[in-house]
Amino acid sequence: MDNWKDNKNVFWTLAAPGTFWLLVFFILPLGFLFVMSFSDKAMVNGEVSITDYDYLTGITNYIRSVDPLYLTIIWKSIWVSALATLLCLVTAYPIAFGICFASERWKPLLLLLVVLPFWINLLIRTYALIAVFRTQGYVNLTLGVLGLGPYDMLYNNFAVIFGLVYVYMPFMVLPLYATIERLDKSYLEASLDLGASQYTTFLKVTVPLTMPGIITGVILVFIPCLGSFLTPDLLGGANAIMIGNVIERQFKAANDWPFGAALSFMLMYATFAALMLRAFLAKRSAGVDV
Amino acid sequence: MTDPIVSIRGVSKKFPGGVIAVDNVSIDIAPNEFFALLGPSGCGKTTLLRMISGLETLTEGQIVIGGQDMALTPPNKRPTNMVFQSYAVFPHMTVQDNVAYGLRVTGVPEVETKRRTADALEMVKLSHLAERKPDQMSGGQRQRVALARALVKRPKVLLLDEPLSALDAKLRDDMRMELTRLQETVGITFIIVTHDQDEALSMASRIAVIDKGAVQQIATPSELYEQPLTRFVADFIGKVNLIDAKVLGKTSKAITCEAKGLGKLNFNTDKACGDTVAIAVRPEKLKIAKIEPKAAGLIKVAGKVRDVAYYGDTSHVVVSIKGGPDLQVNVQNDSRTGGSGVERGQSIWVSWMPDDSLVLTE
Repeated sequence: MDNWKDNKNVFWTLAAPGTFWLLVFFILPLGFLFVMSFSDKAMVNGEVSITDYDYLTGITNYIRSVDPLYLTIIWKSIWVSALATLLCLVTAYPIAFGICFASERWKPLLLLLVVLPFWINLLIRTYALIAVFRTQGYVNLTLGVLGLGPYDMLYNNFAVIFGLVYVYMPFMVLPLYATIERLDKSYLEASLDLGASQYTTFLKVTVPLTMPGIITGVILVFIPCLGSFLTPDLLGGANAIMIGNVIERQFKAANDWPFGAALSFMLMYATFAALMLRAFLAKRSAGVDV
Repeated sequence: MTDPIVSIRGVSKKFPGGVIAVDNVSIDIAPNEFFALLGPSGCGKTTLLRMISGLETLTEGQIVIGGQDMALTPPNKRPTNMVFQSYAVFPHMTVQDNVAYGLRVTGVPEVETKRRTADALEMVKLSHLAERKPDQMSGGQRQRVALARALVKRPKVLLLDEPLSALDAKLRDDMRMELTRLQETVGITFIIVTHDQDEALSMASRIAVIDKGAVQQIATPSELYEQPLTRFVADFIGKVNLIDAKVLGKTSKAITCEAKGLGKLNFNTDKACGDTVAIAVRPEKLKIAKIEPKAAGLIKVAGKVRDVAYYGDTSHVVVSIKGGPDLQVNVQNDSRTGGSGVERGQSIWVSWMPDDSLVLTE
């Protein structure tokens, strides 16, 4: 049989749906936003139009987006996301390890528990967190019994980071699980046998050999964290605004699509920079299949 | 025997679910021995090796290495090092870093680490590949990295888990010689696990044959081959003809028995036995002749050639006899013409000296 890639008809039949999808629902809207980011709202009869635009007028939106006000929010979004990603990593690593070393009977159940929250709507899960953390919530009630609190745990950075860690944890656990599961356990045994302690073995063998999973997990968590708006909106309120909220408001409340588009692209460039950094690091640690 | 370097005392391993992998095994291994644990796959030999290294816990018994009970000693503190079946050469480190790993993690000064690493690589003839990553190396080279990495630690005991099983036939022969040479040079006790009897016979100074978790016999290679204690050992080590026999009478020095297809026979043996025994005789000890051999005292039987397999230096002739099992006879092809000199279907006599056969009681 011919290689299906060599047969043009077969190739295009198989590739067409995906290509169509990407083109119509990804490339075209993105292109539209890209054009929009260089545009301005049109002036009609001396007033700013709500629906009409002057296309490709210049880079004024980008100049506006590097205003310290927005840069501060972008920078804050980056460190909030980074912290959430780090917390995800240190929490998910032991979980993934535990699942890998659990008996075959328990593994599917444990993996199910990890993805179980996905079966519930994000909005409901987030409101549930509010019920847990509010002044009259379960945590404060429990602390109250012990004679502590109440503490303000809602509408601050803590609540946002906790919410992000909670929501994106499975994206960290699953890639980590996949690499740890594939890891030949005799590497760990060899390290122990050669005199390394459990701790040294973890640092010098386990972590480097599971780096592909760590990197994938970090990307899968960091990027959606950076663009999240629902979690900071509901849990952070006005005190813990992230760039996602600003963009959302440009498109909705402020009705300023050109500026929202420019901010979106700024965020995308930041993401690209992170991915390039990853590729650079991957090249340096060549030998481990990243 | 001098004080053993490794003393395995009444060791058992039961896995959850009731599987008994190792069943009350006791072995003493002397310093400087090349000791083989030989058995079919799943017999518990690897589990035993892993218990010596500390990677597996004991259910019962005691393992003493260099006079010290190892019960509470974790693998990273034991004076043993292991060459894993998969080699387990770290893929993210160069050959050099792999070999130096065991020294660096235990705080050996860097100057000494460098020197010993270079020496170890020299010993396994890999100095020219020190900067390579393992994925750029062949299986045989990776194995030598694993060897160097273990030997550089100067362990009291080197443990090798099926070290040759992943190599192709030619490389396996070279490596066999290499391992024997290394063992003589470094003067470390080697304990090797293998399912390949040729490997064990050709390399080891002593062999423990293990079946179903229990030791069947501990002996030198030639003892195992010529004086197997049990049917299992006789059958597992080399090729053997086993003929069931019913005991008719016995004295303290001999038995009389009725062997299947051979009739009434007398054998010298001082072993206690039940009602049935097996007569074991190696194929190369049997002789074939076209006419009935006349020499006195021979065990002889008439049969028909069922099959002849030509192996170059020898031919394996399978002879079927009336009322008994087929007998295999290995014939040296010592003339350039004629091969074994027999053909399928030919009537033939098989004979051997009674002392070349062995009475197996269990």
